[in-house]
Amino acid sequence: MTRIALPLLAGCIGAAIAAPSISAEELRIGLIVPVTGPFAQVGKDMVDGFNMYLEEVNSDLSGAKVKLIIEDSQAKPDTAVTRAKKLTLQDKVHLLVGGVLATEGYAIAPVSTNDKTVYIAPVPASDDLTQRDFAKNPYFIRTGWTSSQPHHALGQWACDQGYKTIVTIAADYAFGHESTGGFQKVFEDCGGKIVQKIWPPLGAKDFGPYIPTIKADADALFTLMVGPMVLQFPKQLRASGYKKPIVGGGTSYDEFALPFMGDEVIGDVSALQYSAALETPKNEAFVKKYRAKYGKVPSYFSESDYTTVQLIHEVMKGTHGSWPGAEPFIKAMAVLKIDAVRGPVAFDDMRNPVHNIYIKKVEKKKLFGYDKEELWNTVIKTYPNVGQFWTYGKDAFLKQPVYSRDFPPCKYCQ
Amino acid sequence: MSRQMSSARVNVLLVVVALAIVAIIVPHSNSFVILLATRALAFSILVMSLDILLGYTGLASLGQAAYLGVGAYLTAILATRYQIGLGWDFWAVVVLGMLLGAALAAFFGLLAIRATGVYFLMITLALGQCVWGLAYRWNSLTGGDNGINLRSRPKFGIDLADEVTFFYLVLACFAVSLAMMYTLVRSPFGRSLTGIRERELRMQILGYNTWLHKYIAFIIAGAFGGLSGVLWAHTAGIVSPENVVLTTSVDALLMAVLGGAGTLIGGVIGAIIVFGLREYLSTLVPWWQYVLGAVYVLTIFYLPTGLMGIPERIRQWRATGASKDRAKELASAPT
Repeated sequence: MTRIALPLLAGCIGAAIAAPSISAEELRIGLIVPVTGPFAQVGKDMVDGFNMYLEEVNSDLSGAKVKLIIEDSQAKPDTAVTRAKKLTLQDKVHLLVGGVLATEGYAIAPVSTNDKTVYIAPVPASDDLTQRDFAKNPYFIRTGWTSSQPHHALGQWACDQGYKTIVTIAADYAFGHESTGGFQKVFEDCGGKIVQKIWPPLGAKDFGPYIPTIKADADALFTLMVGPMVLQFPKQLRASGYKKPIVGGGTSYDEFALPFMGDEVIGDVSALQYSAALETPKNEAFVKKYRAKYGKVPSYFSESDYTTVQLIHEVMKGTHGSWPGAEPFIKAMAVLKIDAVRGPVAFDDMRNPVHNIYIKKVEKKKLFGYDKEELWNTVIKTYPNVGQFWTYGKDAFLKQPVYSRDFPPCKYCQ
Repeated sequence: MSRQMSSARVNVLLVVVALAIVAIIVPHSNSFVILLATRALAFSILVMSLDILLGYTGLASLGQAAYLGVGAYLTAILATRYQIGLGWDFWAVVVLGMLLGAALAAFFGLLAIRATGVYFLMITLALGQCVWGLAYRWNSLTGGDNGINLRSRPKFGIDLADEVTFFYLVLACFAVSLAMMYTLVRSPFGRSLTGIRERELRMQILGYNTWLHKYIAFIIAGAFGGLSGVLWAHTAGIVSPENVVLTTSVDALLMAVLGGAGTLIGGVIGAIIVFGLREYLSTLVPWWQYVLGAVYVLTIFYLPTGLMGIPERIRQWRATGASKDRAKELASAPT
């Protein structure tokens, strides 16, 4: 008799408990980051960057008291949707911020559209969110980058170095496809040739099956690794005796992993909109403060989230701390021009940042008065004010399909 | 016999009452709870389908997420590419999803049913991962790792975009599935499945074609898996390889074992508890994983028959207590 009733009733009662609470003058921000799982380290950098700005202003954005609610996405799109829904439905947040993987960005954006809540992406770099899907996401704005944005510049740089043939090896998912696509497009338009494309699965730890297949006669190697792959790949590659230069996608040598890398990465080049070794007074102060507080050098993940709060603050300054509503908020944010830690940041008309792209080389040196020799991403060239369409122009760029595993096609692969 | 019949009737009545309570309480709770309840119910159809294999036939499958996957991908692809399934034809998609799940199971069953025990586990795992591989690599169809976003839910007279309406739809589908599976496991066919679970050789000697019985059970489970997938696609609004990955199959298996294998309704309880802990408790406290882990470990240690076994354990404990008392009385009684 009670065999079925008891547990079911318990379930009902458990489900019925709910406690939403709202008070005025409060700016509720839901931050969706991976707190557990392989991307937890990245998630921590994001939270730290976010918190650092909030602590600087004592959680007070021109009168709006920030209530930060952190939710764990586990870097899974499904979970990200549930958490975003929890934030919009139960906590009634004004702003959704976060996600790490491009897939999370694609997953959270529809929630923002459905529930008419602003979604700010400091990290998810899925190209189409601010390109071909732009019209579907009226409450979406990006403070980070599109996957292909820095790699267009890197393609140009690689071409300028005189590399003629390059092999690419990148994580097999949207971010990897789009990054590699951007690199290939510009590199080949400039006269270079991509002669081989290798796609290890996302999260691969053993590159044994892939490294021996790399064509040894190519001039250089383009790599794009994410999460835990970042540490494993260069170690295994150099251990195999590969000597050619490496140009890497932004996340391949980012500071979230750089301190844990060995000397084998010295000399490797990558491109991104931020480097902790950027020698500007603003960045030096940022790095020192961040390091003193959290015990490590800030990564682009930290900077991006820090800058995101700065941008939110700028909008709230204009409204004197009162919430303007989702649509006015997006409009106000999209016309901002600020001087951020990474350099000047503005937005294009599809709400994607226009900012400097730095070509960085890993060097072992002393910097900012720290007394130990460490690995730093020294900036060796700056492409100023780079937008997501590179030099192609918006209309021409949007005519081509989104970069994928098969686009641009590998014309020179045998 | 008559006592058994009436106790079965009482159980059915209890489930109906419980469902009615859920139907009344949940829509009045906060909208996030409605969302979670919808998810738990949609997923528990998959768990129940697995329970037919695990609890009634004795086949532990580690690839059940594949059927959820094909149902979900079918729904998403039809809706986003061909605009099919966003009106009355939603029901056609439901039927198609079940057929596709059944078809896939019919194919996989040919390969898997020959094996037993741990080999069956391995083969279903491998087949499930094949479906995952397809979902992950077949970019042009499945969107690869990005998955497919469903931006709208069906509308036919009623608008399923409304969470409460959608909750009722899922609850109704769930109730119908439960009734169908319950009828199935109590039918002579279901009884022979239990016979196979207990001792396959004896059933063979009695003249039963046990391979065919298992094969049909496998196909039926696949069909319900497909249904679960169709509902899941609209519940979550996104279909990605994450839905067909091994952990989803393991989740289903754990939920079935946690609630109590061979009880059908146990799967629902398992699903509610896991979803409740994972999605709700996790928004409240950071140490929710320990709670979930402790629940699993304690269940396996102390309740090998799952949470549905609790009342039985209590009854046993009382009975042994009572018999001990009686023994004591007898011993102390003057002779």
